[in-house]
Amino acid sequence: MTDATMPHAQTQAAPPRRALARRVLPYAMLSPAVLVTLAIVFFPMVQTAWMSLHDYVLFRPNTFDWVGLKNFRTALQDEVLWISLWHTVIWMCTTIPAQLLLGLVTALLLNQDFPWRPVARALIIIPWALPSVVIALMWVWIYDSNYGVANEFLLRLGLIQKAIPWLANPDTALAAIILTLTWQGFPFFAVMILAGLQSIPRSYYEAASIDGASPWRQFWHITLPGISGVMVTAVLLRTIWVANSFDVIFVMTGGGPGYATYTLPLFAFVKARTNLDFGYGSAIAVLFTLLLMLVVVVYLKRTGKAVS
Amino acid sequence: MALKRRSTPRRILTVDLPMLAILAFTLGPYLWMFLTSISEESTLFTEGPSIWNATIENYTRLFATVGFADNLLDSLIVASGTVVVGLSLSVTAAYAFSRFNFRGKRILMLQFLLINMFPLVLLILPLFVLMRVLGLLDTHLALIIANSTVAIPFSIWMMVSYMNGIPRSLDEAAMTDGCTRMQALRRVVLPLCLPGIIATGIYIFITSWNEYLYALTLGGRNVRTITVAVQTLIGEYEVQWGLLTAGGIVGALPATVLFLAVQKRLISGLTQGAVKG
Repeated sequence: MTDATMPHAQTQAAPPRRALARRVLPYAMLSPAVLVTLAIVFFPMVQTAWMSLHDYVLFRPNTFDWVGLKNFRTALQDEVLWISLWHTVIWMCTTIPAQLLLGLVTALLLNQDFPWRPVARALIIIPWALPSVVIALMWVWIYDSNYGVANEFLLRLGLIQKAIPWLANPDTALAAIILTLTWQGFPFFAVMILAGLQSIPRSYYEAASIDGASPWRQFWHITLPGISGVMVTAVLLRTIWVANSFDVIFVMTGGGPGYATYTLPLFAFVKARTNLDFGYGSAIAVLFTLLLMLVVVVYLKRTGKAVS
Repeated sequence: MALKRRSTPRRILTVDLPMLAILAFTLGPYLWMFLTSISEESTLFTEGPSIWNATIENYTRLFATVGFADNLLDSLIVASGTVVVGLSLSVTAAYAFSRFNFRGKRILMLQFLLINMFPLVLLILPLFVLMRVLGLLDTHLALIIANSTVAIPFSIWMMVSYMNGIPRSLDEAAMTDGCTRMQALRRVVLPLCLPGIIATGIYIFITSWNEYLYALTLGGRNVRTITVAVQTLIGEYEVQWGLLTAGGIVGALPATVLFLAVQKRLISGLTQGAVKG
């Protein structure tokens, strides 16, 4: 992507002062962004780690006692933490594949020739642009046990016998939220995969159909390998984003009923927000971040190769 | 996929109809929300939402009694502020990444990528403590700073990819004509990637406009953005679905319109790196 030859060739010819200026220039240009991110991202991050080692409850502002790993020990013995972790796992293992599959089908359809394709392509990404609060409230209204359109629709079709309080029932709440998150996220996959599909040379398909390969075999041997890179990247990115975002859940159920829709980031947020226990909340946030870093490292390795 | 031109009826069955089904799933909830918002509150629960006696009563009430205009203004200030901060800090950084080779370049670039992946919950607690100490809680500045944690790294990555698309020979030509580096950046590179910068700016605007958790935690009585305002409609007025859905439509409108306007350029910028990788 970049080449080093040009500046180096000039450095040798230039007088020393200008050479120094040239070497400093990139750092000078970077410094505003780097300094600001140090101040507003890295400093707070270190502060979280620091808070997690202290007893820090916001309504007792004068106590900031060093407790070492006590918050972490408490967290690991906390049943809610394991419930949240389990939900996080279920949530990731269903939402991401559902989004991927629906996104793949959508992308394959959008890659076909049909008259209203540009319109379809523009409209399909609308869920992506909506504020998550609006998405959450919209679906709360859809799932409403008395007047919600979901119940009415299923009753008319005869799939259910009586109205179900989707979000108030601990057995269905998580599934209902997963459907909402799938709806919100699949356009991202569709768009990414479509870009991948369009980068596959048409000549591959021409050659394959001359050799008599069926559409299914063409899909299996040309299309899938052609978009596998994009799909892996998209899955990694989406895993990170889905794991990070808990605003939809927070607005839809706030974690309830009971702990039925608690996930790790939500747990940390609620602990800090309602109990004002910033030490404990920070400890959970740190634990969650460490888990997430496993995915992030895989993603960075892939991208790191692309950058250099 | 298949190259043979298929007959129209078959195409309708295998492409158009499935596509319509997916679009119905995609747009259905949104249309349902719109339909609810133009129904009368009094008949909503007896007859359900319907298009036949459409009314804008919910919308007028939203601005007259709930004071939605102030919330829109707060959102506008926060989102525009984030765009200015995000873009101005990242232009020179993106140029350095795109045009120079220097020690630590790879680490620095990955560092900006890494920031984008930190869980929000890791930053929201210390930012709250920090803003409280600085006395910035419930100000626009606090929200602009919080949103910038995402906006700066994002716009650096986007702009690097746009600037890489502009040939280096143009900068070099400008510098042989006597421009300095900064002049070359300002007079040659920036105008050429202006469409990309605008798309990045609009994306930052949309994400800041839609942001909720920072706005909820760091905002308050004085600064209440549209997303928080929509949510508080639940608490203050039982659940008036007509009013609430009207708020949802108004809150989502600016972002949706902007998104549709720049979707093509934005998506090409977003997917470029991924397809290559």
